[in-house]
Amino acid sequence: MTMIPQPRQGLRAWLLTDTPTSRTHARLSALYQSWLSFRGNQMAMFGLGILVFLVFVAAFAPLLAPHDPFTQNLLARLRPPGSAGYLLGSDSLGRDILSRLIYGSRITLYIVTLVAIVAPVVGLFVGTVAGYTGGWVDIVLMRITDIFLAFPRLVLALAFVAALGAGIENAVLAISLTAWPPYARIARAETLTMRNSDFIHAVRLQGAGPLRIIIRHIWPLCISSLVVRVTLDMAGIILAAAGLGFLGLGAQPPTPEWGAMISDGRRFILDHWWVATMPGLAIFTVSLAFNLLGDGLRDVLDPKEGSQ
Amino acid sequence: MLDDGKRPLVRVRNLKMHFPIYRGVMRRQVGEVRAVDGISFDIYAGETLGLVGESGCGKSSAGRAILRLYDVTDGEISIDGNEIAHLAGDELRRLRPEMQMIFQDPQASLNPRMTVAAIIAEPLDEHQTLSRNARMERVFELMDAVGLNRNFANRYPHEFSGGQRQRIGIARALALNPKFIVCDEPIAALDVSIQAQVVNLLEDLQEKFGLTYLFISHDLSMVRHLATRVAVMYLGKVVELADSAQLYGDPKHPYTEALLSAVPEPDPTLENTRERIILEGDVPSPSDPPEGCNFCTRCPRVMDICRRESPEFKQLEDGRFVACHLM
Repeated sequence: MTMIPQPRQGLRAWLLTDTPTSRTHARLSALYQSWLSFRGNQMAMFGLGILVFLVFVAAFAPLLAPHDPFTQNLLARLRPPGSAGYLLGSDSLGRDILSRLIYGSRITLYIVTLVAIVAPVVGLFVGTVAGYTGGWVDIVLMRITDIFLAFPRLVLALAFVAALGAGIENAVLAISLTAWPPYARIARAETLTMRNSDFIHAVRLQGAGPLRIIIRHIWPLCISSLVVRVTLDMAGIILAAAGLGFLGLGAQPPTPEWGAMISDGRRFILDHWWVATMPGLAIFTVSLAFNLLGDGLRDVLDPKEGSQ
Repeated sequence: MLDDGKRPLVRVRNLKMHFPIYRGVMRRQVGEVRAVDGISFDIYAGETLGLVGESGCGKSSAGRAILRLYDVTDGEISIDGNEIAHLAGDELRRLRPEMQMIFQDPQASLNPRMTVAAIIAEPLDEHQTLSRNARMERVFELMDAVGLNRNFANRYPHEFSGGQRQRIGIARALALNPKFIVCDEPIAALDVSIQAQVVNLLEDLQEKFGLTYLFISHDLSMVRHLATRVAVMYLGKVVELADSAQLYGDPKHPYTEALLSAVPEPDPTLENTRERIILEGDVPSPSDPPEGCNFCTRCPRVMDICRRESPEFKQLEDGRFVACHLM
């Protein structure tokens, strides 16, 4: 009678092994251990849950939405939440708010994802090059960064959108342009602490050039602090996108963007509170989820905390 | 300074490493730290040259300048016939495999995000085009050579003890078959019980691969055990260079005497008769060295000339070098 190990136990043992058999194995194993410690953080798991739900909703929006988000029904305008067929009420043109929120999640995710890809990559590149090269390259790049940091974020984004024209793509571009400087600062600070460390000296002694050192040795070590910062910034990005939408410079009507929806509801906020409140709650929930996730990730990824 | 018969692998002449000091808003250069201020010596193939001196005397700066981790201020360094003091870019990079370094802090010298195999294979990726399997085979070979278990190849550095980490650093240094290795206090950060293991490993490897070491340390007994010849540094200059036995048996320079008198004696009766020469005052700042001999502010046998003229680094009849007006 031999015990047949369950595949799940086998996978777990494989992931928790002391003697990884390949580089990929070692990496997966380290990842799994991070996941185990992340899982212990209930608030972070709660945030992650909301975000997984958001992605699910965005992916299956046509199946989940009870109405078409664009169909107007002037007979059913400004229905309160809970009325027949309109779970979260309807707006001034009789469109179902729930359906619009569901479709709006796609736009929010689109903006957040694009900004989260563009801004940190630009910041990482500028910061590490400035930090590693030093000298006048550092001075020039950091003064440019300072110029961007000298303006309030939303005002700068407004200026960019005004120059580029309104629309989601331009909003993404404008938010990215205002979001990269803090990443450049973080990446530069991390690079400065690493630049004179012995392991970089060792790599230089082996004959590696500056580009190789930056890409292979400095980037991987900067990424964890950037990931944490990005996650914590997500809420700000969502708010900036909603702010641009609210001011009519983001997604254009009739696109169901959450900020633009609040802006629509502003006119009826005293008599018909739900029109502005529902998208506001959606923005609040998603921002909170990103913050909770970011806190959890910081605990797991912060290179100064653990020995990972 | 030429000793025929033995071939110098490393030849250092009048090496200077000055670090500028910047102050103020305009970052104007207001002075310089003369970490290494004109040192000259040869290291013969297959020998170990010990480099000793107290903290801050420029030992490590000298080691790092010789390997061109810094841009040297002045002087000549030739390794195996190649003049490298003022090379840059690709020309220098091509010569890198010849010379490697073992660092003091094994933790800080290993990238925390890379596995052991990746760390050891890094120099191979840089200079050789090996297939995946051939590269792994070489990594295993190196791990065997330094006494690391092959099963640990895919672990991260933080999972190892200090001695094992130092072995990883040694394996990495050996990866490109270097001729010359600078050991920058390789045992200072280790437990005493581990120190002997690492030193024995270094000796074995020297024999096996015909390595030449520059062994930087402040552990005088360890240097005595390990080094063929010993150079004593004080405030950026080499004050005495002699065969290990000569130097420890009959130190010529007053600073060497004082330094050696600080080594404890294992025999208690001898220890009681040991006379310590206690030097007065502190080491002067390397950004503002005294006029004349660098040691004149603390020398127990100081003379008038010492405060005016810097002594020449000259060879005595028995082959040793001393920089002192007494000789």
